[in-house]
Amino acid sequence: MPRLTVDDLKRIKEEYKAAFTLREGGQRAKITVHMGTCGIAAGARKIMEAIIDEINKNNIKDVIVTTSGCAGLCSKEPMATVEIINEAPVKYVLLNEEKIRKIFKEHVIEGKAAEEYALAVGSETAY
Amino acid sequence: MERYRASVMLCGGTGCIAGNSLKVRNALVEELKNRELENEINVVMTGCNGFCAQGPVMTVYPEDIFYEKVSVNDIPVIVEEHFIKGRPVERLMYKEPLKKSTIPLMKDIPFFSLQVLRALRNKGLVDPEKIEEYIARDGYQAAAKALTEMTSEQIINEIKKSGLRGRGGAGFPTGMKWELCHKVKGEQKYILCNGDEGDPGAFMDRSIMEADPHVVLEGMIIGAKAIGASKGYIYVRAEYPLAVHRLQLAIQQAKENGLLGENILGTGFNLDIEIYQGAGAFVCGEETALMRSLEGKRGMPIPRPPFPAQKGLWGKPSVLNNVETFANIPQIIINGAEWYKSLGTEKSTGTKVFALSGAINNIGLIEVPMGIPLRKIIYDIGGGIPKGRKFKAVQLGGPSGGCIPEHLLDTPVTYEDIVQTGAIVGSGGMVVMNDLNCMVSVAKFFLEFTTDESCGKCPPCRIGTTVMLDLLTNITEGRGKEEDMEILQDIAKDIISTSLCGLGQTAPNPVLTTIKYFRDEYESHIKDKWCKTGVCKDLCTFYIDEEKCKACGVCKRVCPQNAISGEKKVPHRIKQELCIQCRSCYEACKFDSVNIGPVALREILKEDLPAQEILRNMHAAALAGKEE
Repeated sequence: MPRLTVDDLKRIKEEYKAAFTLREGGQRAKITVHMGTCGIAAGARKIMEAIIDEINKNNIKDVIVTTSGCAGLCSKEPMATVEIINEAPVKYVLLNEEKIRKIFKEHVIEGKAAEEYALAVGSETAY
Repeated sequence: MERYRASVMLCGGTGCIAGNSLKVRNALVEELKNRELENEINVVMTGCNGFCAQGPVMTVYPEDIFYEKVSVNDIPVIVEEHFIKGRPVERLMYKEPLKKSTIPLMKDIPFFSLQVLRALRNKGLVDPEKIEEYIARDGYQAAAKALTEMTSEQIINEIKKSGLRGRGGAGFPTGMKWELCHKVKGEQKYILCNGDEGDPGAFMDRSIMEADPHVVLEGMIIGAKAIGASKGYIYVRAEYPLAVHRLQLAIQQAKENGLLGENILGTGFNLDIEIYQGAGAFVCGEETALMRSLEGKRGMPIPRPPFPAQKGLWGKPSVLNNVETFANIPQIIINGAEWYKSLGTEKSTGTKVFALSGAINNIGLIEVPMGIPLRKIIYDIGGGIPKGRKFKAVQLGGPSGGCIPEHLLDTPVTYEDIVQTGAIVGSGGMVVMNDLNCMVSVAKFFLEFTTDESCGKCPPCRIGTTVMLDLLTNITEGRGKEEDMEILQDIAKDIISTSLCGLGQTAPNPVLTTIKYFRDEYESHIKDKWCKTGVCKDLCTFYIDEEKCKACGVCKRVCPQNAISGEKKVPHRIKQELCIQCRSCYEACKFDSVNIGPVALREILKEDLPAQEILRNMHAAALAGKEE
């Protein structure tokens, strides 16, 4: 194990930033995947996996992903809500892997809602 | 680094481990693997979360959902409902004891939201066995600052300005202690950490050592730089195996990473730290006794001066600080003295960790700003007294402390204000007592402890506490004499003024405060041979008020002696020949129909069960006799 220097302390802190954004809060954006029975049947798992993959691929440390129950619009599943902190949340419907990756790029990374897939602005939360 | 979408912080403190949290962890890891979620959801075993009575507890981030009393059987439900479907499991959430409402988020639970975490800032947030997690929470930044940017004098000044006082009990200003040792010339100096926590009901230091061992090491590095020490010891009692294990691991990790040993962080500063396991003698918490024990000798105090700052361990200049004191140091170095002083009062700055236990709803570990009224701790954070019982007293400072009654509950928790009541802040044990506690027995319990733990060096402490204990035993067994209270107070005064160390100087405090605030209880024990709480078995008679009795049979069912007779609709009676005064019926009765009378009643009731009226007359006569 190498002997640490003062700069190493800062480097380790940065490496662990994603884990602690999760625990302490302070995230820039939150993505909620709706995982009711309807959502799961329509393929919400794939959506979730794609989001996690994008986060890893882009080395993003300040975005959290969470799940919620049925949003009440079962015919439009899979659905996800993207919320950039201090901006209105946007609900996306009838998703597939390709669409969510595009939404991730446009909305989460570039900050502009992907209107073509959006249903409405607004969200519900589990708690 | 892998990215997870959720983190489960499962408590791995001693309390929760006793509640089976290791099995819960294994079940959770297994279930996550079965559901192919192991790459999405991270399980972290943390140190003590603080909410020990509700254990095993876990917090799920990012939602901040708090689950309590989690068992292995709950795991499949949590994974299916919460982690897959996003529906947190309400059944396992915290319920307010009085309102019965469910509070899902940890930050909304009063027990957590009313606390201010400084010494415990990493509790439940980091894996104590991973140095990287401590570093990610700004760990070792303070040591880096102290070693690269500050002189010893600057460190000492900052700590002095912060007003930090020793958290072990005596409250001596930490900065001043460091300055004294810094000024002494010496080749070899020692920085020592006191983890010999011994008060009954206290577990502040254990929790810090278990939950955040690196903060103790970092505090010691800064202290070592301030006084010029190159060697340190942590004195921990062997009864704390988990604390020893995690400290050992932390020391090893710090050494491997160049944060202990030679040339720390490349600054040229050297410090080696070793753990010394004590055998659990209470007196070894006293600084000079601790140092003798460290030297391999019998743990007994020696006279001061010379103070340890001049001649301590092996005759070398030494500084001994408590675990919690060290845990405060890094934050003061990073944020400055002004920040630290912004909480607390003028003379008692910052925060203090307390271990809440006894007759209180939320048993556990809390950190609060100094100056907070006791009432707020007991009712708002502690959630009040369970089962609708009445508060009677709170015992602060363990065997060296005292009992504070209801009418003093608005006393702010500061070193000065608590001393005014006759108790001490001490290391932070807070034992709450309700109306089922006999205060004479409480005093006797603490005195039994100090009598056992007295090292025997000073006769006033060795013999004096034994004599006091004999008197208290007499009182609780019906042999008390009117003059006993005066004798107790006289001996107490002598023990306090003639004992060498803090053990003897404070041992009589529980007796003195209970005599001061609960004199009527002593009097009824001595004069009426009547322990009104029914704790002292030789001084009470249990009987049923037949007019109040609804003949529900609850008392009959709980009586281990089958001493209660009575049918449905027939008021019940206690056969005195069989009663062993266990108090089960009294606690079980929902109609307050079980009464506790003086012992004299027992013989009368034995003869033939008299009519309810005669019984009440007897009772009234006993009361009147007391008033005259």
